[in-house]
Amino acid sequence: MSAFIQYTLQGLAAGGFYALAALGLAVIFGVLGVVNFAHGACYMLGAVVSAVLLDVVGLHFWPALVIVPILMFLFGVLLERVFVQWLLRLDVLYNFLLTFGIALVLVDLVKRRYGVSGLPYEQPAGLRGQLHLGSLSLPTYQVFVFAFSMLVCVLVWLLLTRTRIGMIVRASTEEPERTRALGINVNRWVTPVFGFGIGLAGLAGVLAAPFRAITADMGGNFVIILFAVVVIGGLGSVLGAVVAGFLVGLVEAYGQAYASSFSQIAIFVLMALVILVRPAGLFGRQETA
Amino acid sequence: MLEVTCLSAWYGEAQVLTDVSLAVHEGEVATLVGRNGAGKTTLLRCVMGLHRSLEGQLRLDERDLDRLSPNARARAGIGWVPDDRGIYASLTVEENLTLPPVVSADRAWPVEQIYEAFPALADRRASMGTQLSGGEQQMLAMARVLRMGSSLLLLDEPSEGLAPVIVQRIGEIIRQITDHGVGVLLVEQNVTFAATVADRHYLLAQGRVVEQLDNAQFQAREHELLEHLGI
Ligand SMILES: Nc1ncnc2c1ncn2[C@@H]1O[C@H](COP(=O)(O)OP(=O)(O)O)[C@@H](O)[C@H]1O
Ligand SMILES: [Mg+2]
Repeated sequence: MSAFIQYTLQGLAAGGFYALAALGLAVIFGVLGVVNFAHGACYMLGAVVSAVLLDVVGLHFWPALVIVPILMFLFGVLLERVFVQWLLRLDVLYNFLLTFGIALVLVDLVKRRYGVSGLPYEQPAGLRGQLHLGSLSLPTYQVFVFAFSMLVCVLVWLLLTRTRIGMIVRASTEEPERTRALGINVNRWVTPVFGFGIGLAGLAGVLAAPFRAITADMGGNFVIILFAVVVIGGLGSVLGAVVAGFLVGLVEAYGQAYASSFSQIAIFVLMALVILVRPAGLFGRQETA
Repeated sequence: MLEVTCLSAWYGEAQVLTDVSLAVHEGEVATLVGRNGAGKTTLLRCVMGLHRSLEGQLRLDERDLDRLSPNARARAGIGWVPDDRGIYASLTVEENLTLPPVVSADRAWPVEQIYEAFPALADRRASMGTQLSGGEQQMLAMARVLRMGSSLLLLDEPSEGLAPVIVQRIGEIIRQITDHGVGVLLVEQNVTFAATVADRHYLLAQGRVVEQLDNAQFQAREHELLEHLGI
Protein backbone atom coordinates (compact mmCIF):
# COMPACT_ATOMS: atom_id res chain seq x y z
CA MET A 1 0.00 0.00 0.00
CA SER A 2 2.67 2.48 0.98
CA ALA A 3 4.58 1.58 -2.18
CA PHE A 4 1.48 2.32 -4.20
CA ILE A 5 1.14 5.73 -2.58
CA GLN A 6 4.77 6.45 -3.36
CA TYR A 7 4.29 5.57 -7.02
CA THR A 8 1.21 7.73 -7.09
CA LEU A 9 3.15 10.66 -5.70
CA GLN A 10 5.92 10.07 -8.22
CA GLY A 11 3.33 10.12 -10.97
CA LEU A 12 1.72 13.30 -9.70
CA ALA A 13 5.09 15.04 -9.47
CA ALA A 14 6.03 14.02 -13.02
CA GLY A 15 2.48 14.93 -14.03
CA GLY A 16 3.10 18.41 -12.65
CA PHE A 17 5.88 18.95 -15.23
CA TYR A 18 3.65 17.69 -18.02
CA ALA A 19 0.68 19.74 -16.88
CA LEU A 20 2.63 23.00 -16.70
CA ALA A 21 4.32 22.48 -20.05
CA ALA A 22 1.13 21.27 -21.74
CA LEU A 23 -0.71 24.30 -20.37
CA GLY A 24 1.83 26.51 -22.14
CA LEU A 25 1.48 24.50 -25.33
CA ALA A 26 -2.32 24.80 -25.11
CA VAL A 27 -2.48 28.58 -24.73
CA ILE A 28 0.06 29.05 -27.52
CA PHE A 29 -1.90 26.79 -29.84
CA GLY A 30 -5.14 28.44 -28.81
CA VAL A 31 -4.17 32.00 -29.58
CA LEU A 32 -1.52 31.60 -32.30
CA GLY A 33 -2.64 28.36 -33.92
CA VAL A 34 1.00 27.30 -33.71
CA VAL A 35 2.06 23.91 -32.40
CA ASN A 36 5.35 24.55 -30.68
CA PHE A 37 7.64 21.58 -31.26
CA ALA A 38 10.40 23.49 -29.43
CA HIS A 39 8.47 23.20 -26.17
CA GLY A 40 10.59 20.32 -24.88
CA ALA A 41 13.75 22.26 -25.68
CA CYS A 42 12.38 25.24 -23.73
CA TYR A 43 11.73 22.94 -20.77
CA MET A 44 15.33 21.72 -21.06
CA LEU A 45 16.55 25.30 -21.28
CA GLY A 46 14.68 26.18 -18.07
CA ALA A 47 16.54 23.42 -16.24
CA VAL A 48 19.92 24.21 -17.83
CA VAL A 49 19.62 27.94 -17.12
CA SER A 50 18.79 27.15 -13.47
CA ALA A 51 21.87 24.92 -13.18
CA VAL A 52 24.13 27.47 -14.86
CA LEU A 53 22.86 30.34 -12.72
CA LEU A 54 23.43 28.25 -9.60
CA ASP A 55 26.95 27.41 -10.71
CA VAL A 56 28.01 30.82 -12.01
CA VAL A 57 26.27 33.37 -9.82
CA GLY A 58 25.13 31.13 -6.98
CA LEU A 59 21.43 31.76 -7.67
CA HIS A 60 19.55 29.25 -5.55
CA PHE A 61 16.43 27.29 -6.31
CA TRP A 62 13.91 29.60 -4.66
CA PRO A 63 14.84 32.80 -6.50
CA ALA A 64 15.40 30.74 -9.67
CA LEU A 65 11.78 29.63 -9.44
CA VAL A 66 10.81 33.24 -10.12
CA ILE A 67 13.69 34.53 -12.23
CA VAL A 68 14.12 31.69 -14.71
CA PRO A 69 10.46 31.70 -15.88
CA ILE A 70 10.78 35.47 -16.40
CA LEU A 71 13.94 34.95 -18.46
CA MET A 72 12.16 32.25 -20.45
CA PHE A 73 9.21 34.58 -20.97
CA LEU A 74 11.60 37.14 -22.46
CA PHE A 75 13.20 34.42 -24.57
CA GLY A 76 9.72 33.48 -25.81
CA VAL A 77 8.97 37.11 -26.68
CA LEU A 78 12.22 37.23 -28.66
CA LEU A 79 11.45 33.96 -30.48
CA GLU A 80 7.98 35.18 -31.36
CA ARG A 81 9.15 38.55 -32.66
CA VAL A 82 12.08 37.17 -34.65
CA PHE A 83 10.68 33.88 -35.97
CA VAL A 84 7.25 32.69 -34.97
CA GLN A 85 5.25 35.74 -36.07
CA TRP A 86 6.05 34.92 -39.70
CA LEU A 87 4.38 31.53 -39.33
CA LEU A 88 0.92 32.97 -38.89
CA ARG A 89 0.75 33.76 -42.59
CA LEU A 90 2.34 30.52 -43.84
CA ASP A 91 1.33 26.95 -44.48
CA VAL A 92 1.30 24.75 -41.36
CA LEU A 93 4.22 22.75 -42.70
CA TYR A 94 6.47 25.71 -41.86
CA ASN A 95 5.18 25.61 -38.32
CA PHE A 96 6.68 22.14 -37.93
CA LEU A 97 9.92 22.98 -39.74
CA LEU A 98 10.57 26.18 -37.83
CA THR A 99 9.74 25.09 -34.29
CA PHE A 100 11.39 21.70 -34.73
CA GLY A 101 14.44 23.47 -36.17
CA ILE A 102 14.57 25.81 -33.18
CA ALA A 103 14.49 22.78 -30.89
CA LEU A 104 17.44 21.14 -32.70
CA VAL A 105 19.48 24.35 -32.58
CA LEU A 106 18.85 24.87 -28.86
CA VAL A 107 19.74 21.28 -28.04
CA ASP A 108 22.96 21.42 -30.04
CA LEU A 109 23.99 24.76 -28.58
CA VAL A 110 23.59 23.38 -25.07
CA LYS A 111 25.50 20.22 -26.05
CA ARG A 112 28.40 22.23 -27.45
CA ARG A 113 28.68 24.38 -24.38
CA TYR A 114 27.90 21.94 -21.58
CA GLY A 115 28.48 18.52 -23.08
CA VAL A 116 26.21 15.53 -22.67
CA SER A 117 27.10 14.29 -19.21
CA GLY A 118 24.58 16.32 -17.24
CA LEU A 119 24.83 19.33 -14.97
CA PRO A 120 24.71 19.00 -11.19
CA TYR A 121 21.90 20.48 -9.14
CA GLU A 122 21.41 19.92 -5.45
CA GLN A 123 18.08 19.50 -3.75
CA PRO A 124 16.99 22.91 -2.52
CA ALA A 125 17.17 23.75 1.16
CA GLY A 126 13.96 22.91 2.98
CA LEU A 127 12.88 20.32 0.42
CA ARG A 128 15.39 17.57 1.15
CA GLY A 129 14.69 14.22 2.73
CA GLN A 130 11.38 12.64 3.54
CA LEU A 131 8.11 13.89 4.83
CA HIS A 132 6.66 11.67 7.55
CA LEU A 133 2.92 11.33 7.64
CA GLY A 134 2.00 8.68 10.20
CA SER A 135 3.55 5.47 8.99
CA LEU A 136 4.09 6.91 5.50
CA SER A 137 7.26 8.57 4.47
CA LEU A 138 7.27 10.50 1.22
CA PRO A 139 10.03 12.39 -0.61
CA THR A 140 9.51 16.04 0.36
CA TYR A 141 10.56 17.34 -3.02
CA GLN A 142 7.94 15.32 -4.88
CA VAL A 143 5.21 16.52 -2.54
CA PHE A 144 6.38 20.06 -3.20
CA VAL A 145 6.44 19.65 -6.98
CA PHE A 146 2.93 18.27 -7.01
CA ALA A 147 1.52 20.97 -4.72
CA PHE A 148 3.36 23.78 -6.46
CA SER A 149 2.40 22.78 -9.99
CA MET A 150 -1.21 22.35 -8.89
CA LEU A 151 -1.09 25.84 -7.42
CA VAL A 152 0.30 27.31 -10.64
CA CYS A 153 -2.35 25.49 -12.69
CA VAL A 154 -5.06 26.93 -10.45
CA LEU A 155 -3.59 30.43 -10.76
CA VAL A 156 -3.47 30.14 -14.55
CA TRP A 157 -7.02 28.86 -14.50
CA LEU A 158 -8.12 31.89 -12.48
CA LEU A 159 -6.22 34.17 -14.84
CA LEU A 160 -8.04 32.62 -17.78
CA THR A 161 -11.51 32.56 -16.26
CA ARG A 162 -11.62 35.64 -14.03
CA THR A 163 -9.79 38.36 -15.92
CA ARG A 164 -10.45 40.34 -19.05
CA ILE A 165 -7.20 39.14 -20.60
CA GLY A 166 -8.29 35.57 -19.93
CA MET A 167 -11.64 36.27 -21.55
CA ILE A 168 -9.93 37.58 -24.67
CA VAL A 169 -7.60 34.58 -24.75
CA ARG A 170 -10.57 32.20 -24.51
CA ALA A 171 -12.50 34.10 -27.18
CA SER A 172 -9.62 34.19 -29.64
CA THR A 173 -8.85 30.54 -28.98
CA GLU A 174 -12.39 29.69 -29.97
CA GLU A 175 -12.88 32.08 -32.91
CA PRO A 176 -9.90 34.28 -33.78
CA GLU A 177 -11.47 35.88 -36.83
CA ARG A 178 -14.78 36.69 -35.21
CA THR A 179 -13.07 38.11 -32.16
CA ARG A 180 -11.26 40.58 -34.41
CA ALA A 181 -14.57 41.55 -35.99
CA LEU A 182 -15.83 42.41 -32.50
CA GLY A 183 -13.21 45.11 -32.14
CA ILE A 184 -10.52 43.20 -30.28
CA ASN A 185 -6.94 43.54 -31.35
CA VAL A 186 -6.05 39.87 -31.08
CA ASN A 187 -2.57 40.48 -32.50
CA ARG A 188 -1.62 42.52 -29.46
CA TRP A 189 -1.96 39.41 -27.28
CA VAL A 190 -0.01 37.08 -29.53
CA THR A 191 3.49 37.97 -28.31
CA PRO A 192 2.75 37.97 -24.56
CA VAL A 193 0.82 34.71 -24.85
CA PHE A 194 3.71 33.02 -26.63
CA GLY A 195 6.12 34.33 -23.99
CA PHE A 196 3.78 33.12 -21.26
CA GLY A 197 3.64 29.61 -22.73
CA ILE A 198 7.43 29.45 -22.97
CA GLY A 199 7.66 30.79 -19.41
CA LEU A 200 5.51 27.87 -18.22
CA ALA A 201 7.75 25.38 -20.02
CA GLY A 202 10.73 27.08 -18.36
CA LEU A 203 9.04 26.82 -14.97
CA ALA A 204 8.58 23.08 -15.49
CA GLY A 205 12.30 22.97 -16.30
CA VAL A 206 13.27 24.72 -13.06
CA LEU A 207 11.11 22.30 -11.08
CA ALA A 208 12.73 19.38 -12.88
CA ALA A 209 16.27 20.59 -12.21
CA PRO A 210 16.72 19.10 -8.71
CA PHE A 211 14.83 15.94 -9.67
CA ARG A 212 15.90 14.88 -13.15
CA ALA A 213 19.23 14.59 -14.94
CA ILE A 214 19.91 17.98 -16.53
CA THR A 215 21.12 17.24 -20.04
CA ALA A 216 20.66 18.74 -23.48
CA ASP A 217 18.53 15.74 -24.42
CA MET A 218 16.12 15.85 -21.49
CA GLY A 219 13.54 17.67 -23.60
CA GLY A 220 13.49 15.12 -26.43
CA ASN A 221 11.59 12.40 -24.66
CA PHE A 222 9.65 14.98 -22.71
CA VAL A 223 8.21 16.64 -25.79
CA ILE A 224 7.05 13.31 -27.22
CA ILE A 225 5.12 12.55 -24.06
CA LEU A 226 3.91 16.12 -24.01
CA PHE A 227 2.24 15.63 -27.36
CA ALA A 228 0.55 12.51 -26.04
CA VAL A 229 -0.69 14.67 -23.16
CA VAL A 230 -2.04 17.29 -25.51
CA VAL A 231 -3.75 14.76 -27.75
CA ILE A 232 -5.33 13.03 -24.75
CA GLY A 233 -6.50 16.31 -23.21
CA GLY A 234 -7.63 17.87 -26.48
CA LEU A 235 -5.47 20.28 -28.46
CA GLY A 236 -6.10 23.83 -27.31
CA SER A 237 -8.04 22.79 -24.19
CA VAL A 238 -6.53 24.25 -21.04
CA LEU A 239 -8.42 22.03 -18.62
CA GLY A 240 -7.59 19.04 -20.81
CA ALA A 241 -3.87 19.87 -20.70
CA VAL A 242 -3.85 19.90 -16.92
CA VAL A 243 -5.97 16.80 -16.35
CA ALA A 244 -4.16 14.80 -19.04
CA GLY A 245 -0.78 15.99 -17.72
CA PHE A 246 -1.39 14.46 -14.32
CA LEU A 247 -3.07 11.40 -15.85
CA VAL A 248 -0.07 10.67 -18.06
CA GLY A 249 2.30 11.23 -15.14
CA LEU A 250 0.38 8.59 -13.18
CA VAL A 251 0.27 6.10 -16.04
CA GLU A 252 3.99 6.52 -16.54
CA ALA A 253 4.79 6.04 -12.85
CA TYR A 254 2.57 2.96 -12.45
CA GLY A 255 4.05 1.60 -15.64
CA GLN A 256 7.59 2.06 -14.39
CA ALA A 257 6.68 0.45 -11.10
CA TYR A 258 4.66 -2.54 -12.24
CA ALA A 259 5.69 -3.16 -15.85
CA SER A 260 8.81 -1.17 -16.48
CA SER A 261 9.33 -2.25 -20.06
CA PHE A 262 5.82 -1.07 -20.97
CA SER A 263 5.67 2.27 -19.18
CA GLN A 264 6.06 4.40 -22.32
CA ILE A 265 3.88 2.12 -24.39
CA ALA A 266 1.14 2.44 -21.77
CA ILE A 267 0.98 6.19 -22.40
CA PHE A 268 0.52 5.72 -26.11
CA VAL A 269 -2.02 2.95 -25.64
CA LEU A 270 -3.97 5.39 -23.48
CA MET A 271 -3.62 7.97 -26.22
CA ALA A 272 -4.87 5.54 -28.87
CA LEU A 273 -7.86 4.58 -26.72
CA VAL A 274 -8.79 8.19 -26.15
CA ILE A 275 -8.55 8.96 -29.86
CA LEU A 276 -10.77 5.99 -30.67
CA VAL A 277 -13.46 7.02 -28.22
CA ARG A 278 -13.16 10.79 -28.42
CA PRO A 279 -11.16 11.89 -31.47
CA ALA A 280 -10.91 15.49 -30.22
CA GLY A 281 -9.46 14.41 -26.87
CA LEU A 282 -11.04 14.28 -23.43
CA PHE A 283 -11.82 18.00 -23.28
CA GLY A 284 -11.52 19.02 -26.92
CA ARG A 285 -14.51 20.29 -28.77
CA GLN A 286 -15.70 17.54 -31.08
CA GLU A 287 -16.17 19.71 -34.15
CA THR A 288 -12.49 20.63 -34.16
CA ALA A 289 -11.54 16.99 -34.70
CA MET B 1 -23.01 56.51 -43.68
CA LEU B 2 -22.10 53.24 -45.42
CA GLU B 3 -21.34 53.45 -49.10
CA VAL B 4 -20.52 50.37 -51.15
CA THR B 5 -19.39 51.16 -54.68
CA CYS B 6 -18.86 48.62 -57.46
CA LEU B 7 -18.01 45.82 -55.09
CA SER B 8 -16.97 42.51 -56.61
CA ALA B 9 -15.81 39.54 -54.60
CA TRP B 10 -14.40 36.10 -55.30
CA TYR B 11 -13.87 32.75 -53.65
CA GLY B 12 -10.82 31.56 -55.53
CA GLU B 13 -11.82 31.73 -59.20
CA ALA B 14 -15.53 31.90 -58.54
CA GLN B 15 -16.98 35.40 -58.60
CA VAL B 16 -19.84 35.72 -56.10
CA LEU B 17 -20.44 39.49 -56.15
CA THR B 18 -20.43 41.67 -59.27
CA ASP B 19 -20.41 45.48 -59.20
CA VAL B 20 -22.64 45.81 -56.17
CA SER B 21 -23.37 49.40 -55.18
CA LEU B 22 -25.54 50.32 -52.24
CA ALA B 23 -25.80 52.81 -49.41
CA VAL B 24 -27.16 52.87 -45.88
CA HIS B 25 -27.94 56.26 -44.35
CA GLU B 26 -28.14 57.35 -40.75
CA GLY B 27 -31.30 56.27 -38.99
CA GLU B 28 -32.33 54.07 -41.89
CA VAL B 29 -32.91 50.37 -42.39
CA ALA B 30 -31.89 48.99 -45.75
CA THR B 31 -32.44 45.33 -46.49
CA LEU B 32 -30.58 43.00 -48.73
CA VAL B 33 -33.02 40.39 -49.98
CA GLY B 34 -32.09 37.42 -52.10
CA ARG B 35 -32.05 33.65 -52.37
CA ASN B 36 -29.65 31.39 -50.58
CA GLY B 37 -26.27 31.71 -52.20
CA ALA B 38 -26.95 35.14 -53.70
CA GLY B 39 -23.93 36.56 -51.90
CA LYS B 40 -25.53 38.42 -48.97
CA THR B 41 -23.31 37.02 -46.24
CA THR B 42 -20.24 37.54 -48.40
CA LEU B 43 -21.15 41.20 -48.79
CA LEU B 44 -21.37 41.68 -45.02
CA ARG B 45 -18.04 39.89 -44.58
CA CYS B 46 -16.48 42.25 -47.12
CA VAL B 47 -17.76 45.26 -45.17
CA MET B 48 -16.41 43.76 -41.94
CA GLY B 49 -13.00 43.17 -43.52
CA LEU B 50 -13.17 39.41 -43.12
CA HIS B 51 -13.36 38.63 -46.82
CA ARG B 52 -10.29 39.97 -48.57
CA SER B 53 -10.61 38.83 -52.16
CA LEU B 54 -12.48 41.86 -53.48
CA GLU B 55 -12.46 44.92 -55.69
CA GLY B 56 -14.41 48.13 -55.30
CA GLN B 57 -14.85 50.74 -52.67
CA LEU B 58 -16.16 50.61 -49.12
CA ARG B 59 -16.62 53.83 -47.18
CA LEU B 60 -17.98 54.54 -43.73
CA ASP B 61 -18.79 58.17 -42.98
CA GLU B 62 -16.64 59.31 -45.93
CA ARG B 63 -13.74 57.25 -44.68
CA ASP B 64 -12.11 54.53 -46.75
CA LEU B 65 -12.36 51.14 -45.07
CA ASP B 66 -9.85 49.34 -47.32
CA ARG B 67 -6.88 49.74 -45.06
CA LEU B 68 -8.68 49.13 -41.78
CA SER B 69 -8.37 45.74 -40.08
CA PRO B 70 -11.58 44.05 -38.89
CA ASN B 71 -10.99 45.21 -35.33
CA ALA B 72 -10.45 48.80 -36.46
CA ARG B 73 -13.68 48.62 -38.47
CA ALA B 74 -15.56 47.42 -35.39
CA ARG B 75 -14.07 50.30 -33.42
CA ALA B 76 -15.07 52.69 -36.17
CA GLY B 77 -18.67 51.75 -35.40
CA ILE B 78 -19.61 48.66 -37.41
CA GLY B 79 -21.45 46.05 -35.38
CA TRP B 80 -21.89 42.61 -36.90
CA VAL B 81 -24.49 39.98 -36.02
CA PRO B 82 -23.31 36.95 -38.00
CA ASP B 83 -25.64 34.40 -39.52
CA ASP B 84 -24.60 31.74 -37.00
CA ARG B 85 -24.99 34.25 -34.11
CA GLY B 86 -21.33 33.89 -33.18
CA ILE B 87 -21.84 33.16 -29.49
CA TYR B 88 -18.76 31.81 -27.70
CA ALA B 89 -19.16 28.45 -25.99
CA SER B 90 -16.30 29.12 -23.57
CA LEU B 91 -17.66 32.47 -22.38
CA THR B 92 -20.61 33.07 -20.10
CA VAL B 93 -23.58 35.08 -21.32
CA GLU B 94 -22.31 38.14 -19.49
CA GLU B 95 -18.79 37.68 -20.87
CA ASN B 96 -20.18 37.30 -24.37
CA LEU B 97 -21.95 40.59 -23.82
CA THR B 98 -19.00 42.51 -22.41
CA LEU B 99 -16.20 41.04 -24.53
CA PRO B 100 -16.23 43.72 -27.24
CA PRO B 101 -15.20 47.27 -26.40
CA VAL B 102 -17.71 50.09 -26.09
CA VAL B 103 -17.09 52.11 -29.24
CA SER B 104 -19.39 55.05 -28.54
CA ALA B 105 -20.22 55.92 -24.97
CA ASP B 106 -23.33 57.99 -25.91
CA ARG B 107 -24.85 55.29 -27.99
CA ALA B 108 -23.86 52.21 -26.02
CA TRP B 109 -26.54 50.50 -23.98
CA PRO B 110 -25.44 49.92 -20.39
CA VAL B 111 -25.60 46.29 -19.30
CA GLU B 112 -28.60 47.04 -17.01
CA GLN B 113 -30.56 48.44 -19.94
CA ILE B 114 -29.73 45.33 -21.96
CA TYR B 115 -31.01 43.08 -19.19
CA GLU B 116 -34.17 45.16 -18.92
CA ALA B 117 -34.79 44.81 -22.64
CA PHE B 118 -33.89 41.09 -22.67
CA PRO B 119 -34.99 39.63 -19.32
CA ALA B 120 -34.23 36.12 -20.57
CA LEU B 121 -30.53 37.04 -20.77
CA ALA B 122 -30.53 38.52 -17.27
CA ASP B 123 -31.78 35.24 -15.84
CA ARG B 124 -29.04 33.30 -17.58
CA ARG B 125 -26.13 35.69 -17.30
CA ALA B 126 -23.90 33.09 -15.63
CA SER B 127 -24.68 30.28 -18.10
CA MET B 128 -22.21 29.42 -20.80
CA GLY B 129 -23.06 31.04 -24.12
CA THR B 130 -24.06 27.97 -26.07
CA GLN B 131 -26.36 26.67 -23.34
CA LEU B 132 -28.85 29.28 -24.54
CA SER B 133 -31.59 28.38 -27.00
CA GLY B 134 -31.26 29.56 -30.60
CA GLY B 135 -33.59 32.49 -29.94
CA GLU B 136 -31.70 33.55 -26.83
CA GLN B 137 -28.41 33.34 -28.70
CA GLN B 138 -29.83 35.60 -31.38
CA MET B 139 -30.90 38.10 -28.73
CA LEU B 140 -27.47 37.92 -27.17
CA ALA B 141 -25.80 38.62 -30.52
CA MET B 142 -28.07 41.67 -30.95
CA ALA B 143 -27.51 42.76 -27.36
CA ARG B 144 -23.75 42.53 -27.87
CA VAL B 145 -23.70 45.11 -30.67
CA LEU B 146 -26.14 47.34 -28.77
CA ARG B 147 -23.75 47.39 -25.82
CA MET B 148 -20.87 48.32 -28.14
CA GLY B 149 -22.81 51.37 -29.29
CA SER B 150 -22.11 50.64 -32.95
CA SER B 151 -23.44 53.24 -35.38
CA LEU B 152 -23.96 50.82 -38.27
CA LEU B 153 -25.38 47.35 -37.71
CA LEU B 154 -24.92 44.48 -40.14
CA LEU B 155 -27.60 41.93 -39.28
CA ASP B 156 -27.40 38.60 -41.07
CA GLU B 157 -30.85 36.98 -41.04
CA PRO B 158 -31.70 37.89 -37.44
CA SER B 159 -35.22 36.44 -37.70
CA GLU B 160 -34.19 33.03 -38.99
CA GLY B 161 -35.65 30.19 -36.98
CA LEU B 162 -37.18 32.44 -34.33
CA ALA B 163 -40.67 32.42 -32.86
CA PRO B 164 -42.91 35.23 -34.17
CA VAL B 165 -42.99 37.04 -30.80
CA ILE B 166 -39.22 37.24 -30.75
CA VAL B 167 -39.08 38.40 -34.36
CA GLN B 168 -41.50 41.14 -33.42
CA ARG B 169 -39.34 42.09 -30.44
CA ILE B 170 -36.28 42.33 -32.68
CA GLY B 171 -38.26 44.53 -35.06
CA GLU B 172 -39.15 46.87 -32.19
CA ILE B 173 -35.53 47.13 -31.14
CA ILE B 174 -34.41 47.87 -34.69
CA ARG B 175 -36.91 50.75 -34.89
CA GLN B 176 -35.89 52.01 -31.47
CA ILE B 177 -32.20 52.26 -32.35
CA THR B 178 -32.73 53.74 -35.80
CA ASP B 179 -34.70 56.51 -34.06
CA HIS B 180 -31.37 57.32 -32.42
CA GLY B 181 -29.55 57.58 -35.73
CA VAL B 182 -28.15 54.08 -36.08
CA GLY B 183 -28.07 52.75 -39.64
CA VAL B 184 -28.94 49.11 -40.28
CA LEU B 185 -28.10 46.84 -43.17
CA LEU B 186 -30.45 43.92 -42.73
CA VAL B 187 -30.05 40.67 -44.62
CA GLU B 188 -33.42 38.93 -44.69
CA GLN B 189 -35.27 36.15 -46.42
CA ASN B 190 -38.36 36.79 -44.35
CA VAL B 191 -40.00 39.26 -46.73
CA THR B 192 -42.89 40.05 -44.41
CA PHE B 193 -40.54 40.94 -41.59
CA ALA B 194 -38.35 42.98 -43.94
CA ALA B 195 -41.39 44.99 -45.04
CA THR B 196 -42.32 45.86 -41.44
CA VAL B 197 -38.94 47.37 -40.47
CA ALA B 198 -37.16 48.60 -43.56
CA ASP B 199 -37.13 51.88 -45.48
CA ARG B 200 -35.48 50.61 -48.62
CA HIS B 201 -34.69 47.27 -50.18
CA TYR B 202 -32.01 45.91 -52.45
CA LEU B 203 -32.71 42.71 -54.32
CA LEU B 204 -29.64 40.65 -54.84
CA ALA B 205 -29.57 37.85 -57.42
CA GLN B 206 -26.47 35.89 -58.33
CA GLY B 207 -24.21 38.51 -56.85
CA ARG B 208 -25.81 41.52 -58.57
CA VAL B 209 -28.23 44.14 -57.33
CA VAL B 210 -31.13 43.60 -59.70
CA GLU B 211 -33.58 46.03 -58.17
CA GLN B 212 -33.81 48.77 -55.62
CA LEU B 213 -37.25 49.47 -54.12
CA ASP B 214 -38.71 51.70 -51.47
CA ASN B 215 -40.90 50.03 -48.90
CA ALA B 216 -44.22 50.92 -50.56
CA GLN B 217 -43.14 49.36 -53.87
CA PHE B 218 -41.75 46.42 -51.97
CA GLN B 219 -45.01 45.78 -50.12
CA ALA B 220 -47.03 46.10 -53.31
CA ARG B 221 -44.93 43.39 -54.91
CA GLU B 222 -44.55 41.17 -51.85
CA HIS B 223 -46.18 38.12 -53.49
CA GLU B 224 -44.16 38.38 -56.66
CA LEU B 225 -40.98 38.75 -54.62
CA LEU B 226 -41.84 35.75 -52.50
CA GLU B 227 -42.09 33.69 -55.67
CA HIS B 228 -38.89 35.12 -57.02
CA LEU B 229 -37.09 34.18 -53.84
CA GLY B 230 -38.60 30.73 -53.92
CA ILE B 231 -39.58 30.82 -50.29
N1 LIG C 1 -16.08 29.74 -47.95
C1 LIG C 1 -16.55 29.65 -49.22
N2 LIG C 1 -15.82 29.08 -50.20
C2 LIG C 1 -16.29 29.00 -51.45
N3 LIG C 1 -17.48 29.44 -51.83
C3 LIG C 1 -18.28 30.01 -50.91
C4 LIG C 1 -17.85 30.14 -49.54
N4 LIG C 1 -18.83 30.74 -48.84
C5 LIG C 1 -19.83 30.97 -49.72
N5 LIG C 1 -19.49 30.53 -50.96
C6 LIG C 1 -20.33 30.64 -52.17
O1 LIG C 1 -20.54 32.01 -52.44
C7 LIG C 1 -21.86 32.24 -52.82
C8 LIG C 1 -22.50 33.28 -51.91
O2 LIG C 1 -22.61 32.77 -50.61
P1 LIG C 1 -23.21 33.60 -49.41
O3 LIG C 1 -22.59 34.94 -49.41
O4 LIG C 1 -23.10 32.81 -48.19
O5 LIG C 1 -24.73 33.73 -49.84
P2 LIG C 1 -26.03 34.08 -48.99
O6 LIG C 1 -25.61 34.64 -47.68
O7 LIG C 1 -26.74 35.07 -49.84
O8 LIG C 1 -26.81 32.82 -48.85
C9 LIG C 1 -22.57 30.89 -52.79
O9 LIG C 1 -22.62 30.38 -54.10
C10 LIG C 1 -21.69 30.03 -51.93
O10 LIG C 1 -21.75 28.70 -52.38
MG1 LIG D 1 -26.06 33.95 -45.76
